[in-house]
Amino acid sequence: MFEEYLNLAVKAIFIENMALTFFLGMCSFLAVSKKVETAVGLGLAVIFVLTVTVPANNLIQTYLLNEGALAWISPEFAGVDLTFLNLLCFIGTIAAMVQLVEMTTDRFFPALHATLGIFLPLIAVNCAILGGSLFMVERDYDFGESVVFGLGNGIGWFLAVVALASIRERLRYSNVPHGLRGLGMTFVITGLMAFGFMAFGGIQL
Amino acid sequence: MAVKKSEAALDPLFNNNPIALQVLGICSALAVTTKMETSVVMCAAVIGVLTLSNLTISLLRHQIPNSIRIIVQLTVIASLVIVTDQILKAYVFEISKQLSVFVGLIITNCIIMGRAEAFAMQNPPSLAILDGIGNGIGYSAILMVTAFLRELFGSGKLYGYSVLPTVSEGGWYLPNGLMLLSPAAFFIIGGLIWALRVYKPAQIEMDG
Repeated sequence: MFEEYLNLAVKAIFIENMALTFFLGMCSFLAVSKKVETAVGLGLAVIFVLTVTVPANNLIQTYLLNEGALAWISPEFAGVDLTFLNLLCFIGTIAAMVQLVEMTTDRFFPALHATLGIFLPLIAVNCAILGGSLFMVERDYDFGESVVFGLGNGIGWFLAVVALASIRERLRYSNVPHGLRGLGMTFVITGLMAFGFMAFGGIQL
Repeated sequence: MAVKKSEAALDPLFNNNPIALQVLGICSALAVTTKMETSVVMCAAVIGVLTLSNLTISLLRHQIPNSIRIIVQLTVIASLVIVTDQILKAYVFEISKQLSVFVGLIITNCIIMGRAEAFAMQNPPSLAILDGIGNGIGYSAILMVTAFLRELFGSGKLYGYSVLPTVSEGGWYLPNGLMLLSPAAFFIIGGLIWALRVYKPAQIEMDG
């Protein structure tokens, strides 16, 4: 049981890294990786939101949307299949959770809120978050697995964005061809990092 | 009128390309470009959703309260994406299987949110439609070039037909497996951005 979860976590963090294997959350990944500090802030926020939203969406999918899931209300609803609504429900959950997280941190952890503050609204439209929930549905994870999967994906994204930001900070000292400066160079570096992460692909779990 | 119609439609192609300059919508651009077939479907879906969402939001722009505009925009976009997803499942089921979660991820494709927020909220419907089409085509242009290079060199095919006969099928071309892997997409798009900026030097970022 424990081993299974550990496998899933390692897989989510390294082998199927959200940012470098599936290219999810690329927009903020590229835009916020100019400084290590901001990258750490956004990374933490992503870990937090993914860990909350993936299990929440798992519950919604299992108890509200799947075919026959509504049977717990009354047997009449046993034939109802609402899976086509999952996109709308997931994005709603994510937007609501982000808002909730923002209010909670503001009230109880002001220091954390000061760090994450500006990044939280950005996260609502980060594809890594919605992607996490969609992959969870596609692969039929149960509740326990979805907690581990959400946390693992968050950590993987965090590692990738902090690593990229560190490389970009060092890059100031190098002489990049003019046309390639900024965005172009960032793409090439991300490609090289994706290569590095592909080395994990050979691990059999 | 501040923005001319021709500019609204043509600017996003080279002068203000959504991928190469605005850094929008990159996630999906990379993941679906291993084959031209999937890219064509993805581009069509994005152009459709982008145009319709721009139109809808532009029509609603005087009714949307400012404080909840993000949620309203997301709801409009999510509804359009659900319709697109159902259409794809009905008519091109095989390809929609290959695109898997990426159709759903059109919702969080920043091009659509970005254009809704930056353009459709301020401009009348006719301009918003043109802006939607223009940005959709600018996005598609990069996607198609990337998919063309990746499929041609990665598997010796174009749109599923063999162009370069591969060694495994008795031909001479040894496919470059790297092209089908994720890093290749980054290198190709990085190169495209480089080429575009050599052609349009005003886009160079000097402080990067």
